[in-house]
Amino acid sequence: MRDVAIIGIGDTKFGELWDSSLRRIGIEAGIAAINDAGISGDEVDALYVGNMSAGRFIEQEHVAALIADYAGLTKNHIPATRVEASGASGALALREGYLSVASGEYDIVVIGGAEKMTDVGDEDITNIQAAAMDQEWESVFGATLPSLYAMMSRRYMHEYGATREQFTSVPVKNHANAAKNPKAQYRRAIKPETVLNATMVADPLGMFDCAPNSDGAAAVVLAPMEIAKKYTDTPVRIAGSGQASASLALHQRRDILTMDATVYAARKALKQAGRDVGDIQVAELNDNYTISEILALEDIGFVEKGKGAEFSSSGQTEIGGKIAVNTSGGLKARGNPIGATGIAQAVEIVRQLRGEAGERQVDGARIGLTHNVGGTGATAIVHILEVA
Amino acid sequence: MGSIPRFWRENPSRYNLVGVKCDNCGRVFFPPRDICPVCHRESIGKMKRLELSGKGSVYSYTLVQDAHPQFEMLKPYILAMVEMDEGVKITSQIIDVKPEDVHIGMKVEAVMRKLGAEGNSGILHYGYKFRPVKE
Repeated sequence: MRDVAIIGIGDTKFGELWDSSLRRIGIEAGIAAINDAGISGDEVDALYVGNMSAGRFIEQEHVAALIADYAGLTKNHIPATRVEASGASGALALREGYLSVASGEYDIVVIGGAEKMTDVGDEDITNIQAAAMDQEWESVFGATLPSLYAMMSRRYMHEYGATREQFTSVPVKNHANAAKNPKAQYRRAIKPETVLNATMVADPLGMFDCAPNSDGAAAVVLAPMEIAKKYTDTPVRIAGSGQASASLALHQRRDILTMDATVYAARKALKQAGRDVGDIQVAELNDNYTISEILALEDIGFVEKGKGAEFSSSGQTEIGGKIAVNTSGGLKARGNPIGATGIAQAVEIVRQLRGEAGERQVDGARIGLTHNVGGTGATAIVHILEVA
Repeated sequence: MGSIPRFWRENPSRYNLVGVKCDNCGRVFFPPRDICPVCHRESIGKMKRLELSGKGSVYSYTLVQDAHPQFEMLKPYILAMVEMDEGVKITSQIIDVKPEDVHIGMKVEAVMRKLGAEGNSGILHYGYKFRPVKE
């Protein structure tokens, strides 16, 4: 297997982009990444697109070929492949693209992630998100995606004595970081009281414990390490890539407070990179709900099981803390256009490793991690990125 | 949300809590599966039908405020994960109790209730929900 580098990054602003279609945001991010890599586009050997549910959000399937078409890539008839693993679709597209370059099959590959969610109403979005769960044994009985995360939250509070006040540290930090990110959906800081007093979605989860519905796209360009320097002075190496699965239904898991898929994916990625979790300086974790970031801190190994809420509320995950988490604002405040999220996480880590993160820059960041989850944890994908 | 066969084929488990027990390791699963995730090939042909007792206790719960459109009339409703006496966990609603009276560890029993309907004039779907056991 060859070493692989990210040589270009691009993203759109995340938010309710009423005037942009899926194909337009996909291309905007892709062109930004191609420009950033300093390539013409003719060098591209293949395109991968992470997308959860264009069929239900905009009634359009076959979106990889569509985006290749509008990106002007059909001239060379390159392979264009859509990749789906619900919330982890973006990271899975990145991993598939990474494997295709590492294997030697392709040299230059563009990987995009895109979702256009706001063409349908909130109730339809609730139904579409629920398709990432077990339809027959969860959704049919009235479970929604936030309700399952709410049950994790309540059980966590019961077992470890954590409080909603401690939990507020996650969205408060992520909003503070997003305020410094020009591409974020919510560029404003919030107070703990805002989180505590928000309308309930599924108690104990309120509105500010849940990532928003968003439109957006992000893209990266990959190349084998041996030629990466030809295109950029600052290639970022994909040092580790891990993917794992677990039961689709939350109630089938060994422990609803441990995402085993995250444990296995993180272990594999760190081992491949030859790194210890303590080497990681900056991480983008899958905070689709507040409890998700807490569990991810524990399951990756930044802190032991049951200590995540306390660790977070003591400020250790802020920029300048022990491990800077979700400097982009995370899914909560940068926004969560589902298929784009996994790629946007990699874009943020590359910005950090290049020293291009502006006001939210983590000093001396050289090693970063991304963590993307599908459903309630049936798929998890972890990447380790390093300054080459 | 789907066709008649999609619901009809799951009726044995939704009406009577039919699960399976792996004759190789003794573990119980619900809903039924053909292969034991622990014993793999050793379990083929040894997954035996087992009707759950319907008794269990609340493992976790939430009050759902933001629901699917098909549950609009019910909201807010209590959703729970119930740990059955046989050891498996099941997700469904808790009924006949005020939200403030629900707690982790509360004893519950399964009862058959209407789960939903196909639009305004379509067929009705039934299955288990849970209610508190009078102690």
